[in-house]
Amino acid sequence: MGNQKKYWKSELELSSCDNTIDHLKNNEFIDQLPTDSFLSDKNQLEQSNTNRRDFLKYLGFSTAAATLASCEGPVNRSIPYVLQPERIIPGLANYYATTIADGFDFANVLVKTREGRPIKIENNIKSKVRSSANARVHASVLSMYDSMRVKAPTLNGGETTWDNLNKSMISLLESMKDNNKPVVLLTQTFASPSTSKIISDFIKKYPNVFHVVYDSISDSKALDAFEVAYGVRALPTYDFSKAKYIVSVGADFLGDWQGGDHDSGYVKGRIPERNKDGKANMSKHIQIESNMTITGSNADKRIPLSPSQQKIALAKIFGYVSGNEVGGELPSKLDESLKKISEGLKNAGSKGLLVTGIDDVDAHLITHEINELLNSQAFKKDELSLIKNSDDKKITKLIKDLNKGLVKGIIMAGVNPVYTLPNSKDFISGLSKAEFSVCFSMKNDETASISKWVAASPHSLESWGDNELVYGKYNLTQPTIRPLFDTKQFQDCLLDWMGSSQSFYEFLKDNWQKNIIKGSTWNQVLHDGFYDSETRPVLKKQIINPLERAKSLSRSKSNGIELVLYTKTGLGDGQQANNPWLQEFPDPITRVSWDNYLTISKKDADQIGLKNYNVANGALDSNYALITVQGESLKVPVIIQPGQAEGSVGLAFGYGKTKALKKEMQVGVNAYKLYKGFNLSQNVKLESINENHEFACVQLHNTLMGRGDIIKETTLEVFNTKSAKHWNSVPKVSLNHIETPVTSPDVDLWDEFDRSIGHHFNLSIDLNACTGCGACVIACHAENNVPVVGKTEVRKSRDMHWLRIDRYYSSEQTFEEDIETKENISGISDSLSVFGEMEKPADNPQVVFQPVMCQHCNHAPCETVCPVAATSHGRQGQNHMAYNRCIGTRYCANNCPYKVRRFNWFLYNNNDEFDFNMNDDLGKMVLNPDVVVRSRGVMEKCSFCIQSTQAVILKAKNEGREVKSGEFNDACACAAACSTGAMKFGDINDKESEVTALKEKDRVYHLLEYVGTKPNVFYHVKVRNTDET
Amino acid sequence: MASHYEAPIRKPLVTGGKSYHDVSVDIVNAVEGKANKQWWIVFSIALIMFLWGIGCIIYTISTGIGAWGLNKTVGWAWDITNFVWWVGIGHAGTLISAVLLLFRQKWRMAINRSAEAMTIFSVIQAGLFPIIHMGRPWLAFWTLPIPNAYGSLWVNFNSPLLWDVFAISTYLSVSLVFWWTGLLPDFAMIRDRAVKPFQKKIYSLVSFGWSGRAKDWQRFEEVSLVLAGLATPLVLSVHTIVSFDFATSVIPGWHTTIFPPYFVAGAIFSGFAMVQTLLIVMRKVSNLENYITIQHIELMNIVIMITGCIVGCAYITELFIAWYSGVEYEQYAFLNRATGPYWWAYWSMMTCNVFSPQFMWVKKLRTSIVFSFVISIVVNIGMWFERFVIIVTSLHRDYLPSSWTMFSPTVFDIGIFLGTIGFFFVLFLLYSRTFPVIAQAEVKTILKTSGDNYKKMRDKNG
Repeated sequence: MGNQKKYWKSELELSSCDNTIDHLKNNEFIDQLPTDSFLSDKNQLEQSNTNRRDFLKYLGFSTAAATLASCEGPVNRSIPYVLQPERIIPGLANYYATTIADGFDFANVLVKTREGRPIKIENNIKSKVRSSANARVHASVLSMYDSMRVKAPTLNGGETTWDNLNKSMISLLESMKDNNKPVVLLTQTFASPSTSKIISDFIKKYPNVFHVVYDSISDSKALDAFEVAYGVRALPTYDFSKAKYIVSVGADFLGDWQGGDHDSGYVKGRIPERNKDGKANMSKHIQIESNMTITGSNADKRIPLSPSQQKIALAKIFGYVSGNEVGGELPSKLDESLKKISEGLKNAGSKGLLVTGIDDVDAHLITHEINELLNSQAFKKDELSLIKNSDDKKITKLIKDLNKGLVKGIIMAGVNPVYTLPNSKDFISGLSKAEFSVCFSMKNDETASISKWVAASPHSLESWGDNELVYGKYNLTQPTIRPLFDTKQFQDCLLDWMGSSQSFYEFLKDNWQKNIIKGSTWNQVLHDGFYDSETRPVLKKQIINPLERAKSLSRSKSNGIELVLYTKTGLGDGQQANNPWLQEFPDPITRVSWDNYLTISKKDADQIGLKNYNVANGALDSNYALITVQGESLKVPVIIQPGQAEGSVGLAFGYGKTKALKKEMQVGVNAYKLYKGFNLSQNVKLESINENHEFACVQLHNTLMGRGDIIKETTLEVFNTKSAKHWNSVPKVSLNHIETPVTSPDVDLWDEFDRSIGHHFNLSIDLNACTGCGACVIACHAENNVPVVGKTEVRKSRDMHWLRIDRYYSSEQTFEEDIETKENISGISDSLSVFGEMEKPADNPQVVFQPVMCQHCNHAPCETVCPVAATSHGRQGQNHMAYNRCIGTRYCANNCPYKVRRFNWFLYNNNDEFDFNMNDDLGKMVLNPDVVVRSRGVMEKCSFCIQSTQAVILKAKNEGREVKSGEFNDACACAAACSTGAMKFGDINDKESEVTALKEKDRVYHLLEYVGTKPNVFYHVKVRNTDET
Repeated sequence: MASHYEAPIRKPLVTGGKSYHDVSVDIVNAVEGKANKQWWIVFSIALIMFLWGIGCIIYTISTGIGAWGLNKTVGWAWDITNFVWWVGIGHAGTLISAVLLLFRQKWRMAINRSAEAMTIFSVIQAGLFPIIHMGRPWLAFWTLPIPNAYGSLWVNFNSPLLWDVFAISTYLSVSLVFWWTGLLPDFAMIRDRAVKPFQKKIYSLVSFGWSGRAKDWQRFEEVSLVLAGLATPLVLSVHTIVSFDFATSVIPGWHTTIFPPYFVAGAIFSGFAMVQTLLIVMRKVSNLENYITIQHIELMNIVIMITGCIVGCAYITELFIAWYSGVEYEQYAFLNRATGPYWWAYWSMMTCNVFSPQFMWVKKLRTSIVFSFVISIVVNIGMWFERFVIIVTSLHRDYLPSSWTMFSPTVFDIGIFLGTIGFFFVLFLLYSRTFPVIAQAEVKTILKTSGDNYKKMRDKNG
């Protein structure tokens, strides 16, 4: 039927006389295929070598080839530079010295950039001031690539232009000035000489402007105290390396106390180095505190006391040291300890140091007085820290003035008072009374979203700036990338608004060249990132009457339970709450991620009816506590915290944000609501609520179960008097009924491989030096593109951290007693009950931190079991992981005694189920181009940062030289990030290197040595200074 | 090979006064008849389970292994538990057909066909798990030592998982050949009886042109003997190698030299239990009581009882050696098994595998159909728990307490397991309607020596 149809192609076909159609038809195939002539030529056909089979072969081959060629592989379009920027060589990293100062964290850092993108923060070790970046500073690079940032200035929520904003502001400010209407400049502590100068110029131009400095977590009382004692509003600094006897009353000085950064000095005194006579010395550290902090965990002796008891204790120490009677009621046993502590301080004299974190002016004053009495070398009152400058009284007044309608305009920069003020409702109502409000902010956060103008601000890494973190010591901040969005710095705007034609950069450079740099050049200082001047502050010692103050302290009483507010290592004050690395970072103490919670002692919890429990897959749950402070109530989940002082509870700031962060990050409760009167300790009422809360905790078992070969430890006394056999014995196995050390080749089933040629990498971890701060965890995250998996997955024990810091509590008073308990088990029934008991931590346990990553075993159990040889050993000692070869049987992870292997259970990038930084184009800019992003279904783990060790080798090769001694030291991200020197990486075939020397130390042991895995990571026995004298 | 005399005190293996023709008719009945309602009901349930399982597998493969309950500490759980369980079940077939053939145990003739079918079907289930438990199952072929374009890249011959690949595939192929060889004369019998052309065509294809000549029979006997010889070491090797997955590792609770014999005994134990479960139902449904007699059931019960004792002995040895080793990790691993958070799994295993078969010492119980059926189910539950206990309780608390955690299955873990049970029964039910479920040719060889009518005749006539 079909072939009957005739289709008309053109009207020309109708006309029979027109032969165009025929003509075209005939021309369509001009030549007939010469099949007839070809086939009829028998001669030629017979001569041809191509027979029918060959023809089919060719046909088959060409069809297959054509088919294959038409399957297009993924095309990656890369665009070359048209004009290559100076100094950017694709594939090579550039480093810039800069300073991160966000009002809470302050650090001198180096920023690693690749092809113009900042991808990692490293310590600027050349700088002597605040050169150790903490976990938050390391993570801050990701906060720049935050997709929730404000991308342009806004007016009443709608986008506007900078021109518009500047013009309106100038006319507003002028009219305000003419009518003498007060305007307030509310800022974070900038500690920036140039910013201060701009602000004072600005106030000169607009005399109706007042400047108020506001730190979300204020050190106002410490500042007041120092001002009272020495006439200067600043904080003293402490050089812990000079102290041999350290007493801290409530000061978490390894955490965020007074801006942090005390750990490297502290650790210098904590490593028991043997001197010539073979005796070792280390400082002694006594911690009196309420919450279990990393400082308390590192202490030799820890006394848990509630804040009010701490005040009495401090007063008593003052009394004993100064020889006065101060009164105050404390249990007699405690009093004895305080006497001993005071003796210890007195004996140490100028080598003694007392610090306090009690949020009270008197407490700080008598602490300074004690340090003065001791003539403590560690107490650096003439090296002033300027990083905190908030004054609680001024803030309180500002809120009052706002509500009275006295403040007509407010300009805010670097602050988020709506989130961080305890009485934010008052602030909000006050703000509505102002005629205008401008908020300089990176986010449309709680405050920005109710401000009239939001001035989109750049991130530290996109900004110019300077800092004077310590009096007379200057640092520069320089941009490491062109601003990603249409943003302007606060300082630039102020300059604009006062009609200056200078940009902030010009102003800054001018100011430095004129007023700061002496004997150096701008370029040199910018390269170094810091400049130290010789100026020192002038202090005027005031009479403070310490005895009266001590007596008043000793009268402090508690009414029921006291709350101690603190900051967590992960989120700090909460400004980086939308940073998935920090949310997923497990707290060093509780090892809970993605949450804040009320820490409470077991005894108090039992009394109130608060509990923790594990569900079927092991995950941790709790019920809720209703916590009430002066009428303000919060519903908070609970963690029963060993070591928490009875009568006290702890709660961390930084959580419970609701604006400008992704849904996944909206976790926890806002503790600022309870920060009444800017006081870190509060009297509270507690009730239990019978509702279930789900935690995401990465470590579900807290005690060491008496397993002494996982963490070896000893006391300073034993370390000094007995041979290493006693406190660091090599495990033995029976070989023909003879006890043979496991390190002996006789008991080794493997053929030894010659590792003396080339490099052989080792990592040394000193348990005495590790404070548990977690900077390495984030550094590893950033360096190795470790995925973030989110709360629900962490809860299923599927965290992906390549490096974790295990934290163990002793179940008896000490770990030594744990081992004794275990060894004294007799009989089966005893073992049943004792092991059950050992799962429970003590009320005030010893704590130990142990960083664990792939141990790079020379005899690796994982390597033998992989059916496809995806994991195998390298010549340089590394245990390699070939992701592309991995088929995902997980056998290697099962057979790993250290459980360091991490499996990609799902696709963690480009997957909306895991909406973190690897799911958006902006967030992906932080990825390290040297490290592959793993796909679903493959195993991954620590690689000893092979991309960096290879880069070092390649560099040497390109330069035609051997690798220099010590050149590998900073190759591993974790070791490079470790500011205390707990982790040292290097080549043990290089006899000069530090790690080779460390490997010879008598404290060296390997984790689970008896398994015979011969790891390339080694640990140093932890030594505790339990000497009572 | 069949002897022509059987002692009068031996109980007849075929009852009901069957003639050769009766045997043919009884066995071909299920193939030639129509399926009844019960068959369809059971088949539908099995098919739904199978489809459900396929759904779960597709979901897992398309989203990731994270669909299961595994975590950083427990990298294997139900996947490998199910794998070992199914491989274990697959053991009885070869043991019955090969080892009992070599030992001239004639009672095997009534059960070997179904036992072997069960073997093949359960090895198919088992084979699924190593593939789907992979993070990237589409690359499963990388476990095969095939020449490739990656240069010198080769499989890792040190890995027990690779040994598994060889062991399981060898076992599957040898079992399949052995099974099919035995099927040839029976298929030929069905072919010869078939009246429908289609049926005739199919059965002539699958009977490989069996002609029934004496030469055929001679070759048949020889091949059977040779294959039995080949298959016997496999009975020992397969589960030995599966046990190496654990025994060669360094994890306390896995690193145990007793595993190979212990796993083989456990496999026979569970295999026999599964045969028991299937045949007790089948003899009833397909009216085969005269071929699968109480005598057969009793003999299988005795095997279950003995292997149960061996397994129990292994459990106790494990505990003893853990204590005797003096290694704290070993000691804790076993203490934790028995008294830790998974104590219920351990004691389920102990109850099902060690205590329950002890009832078989009582003749009345081991000849009771209902009781045998119940115990056979209980044993299979126990053997599943054994693998779960070995895998999960060893992993969940190993060396470093910091990584200790727990495992709990998701709907996908459970769905896939149920899916394999469904798949197994789909295959078995199809088999029961299309295959001669009893090796009728072999049964006929003993009919005159062990048939009850012939025995009676001999008693009467001497």
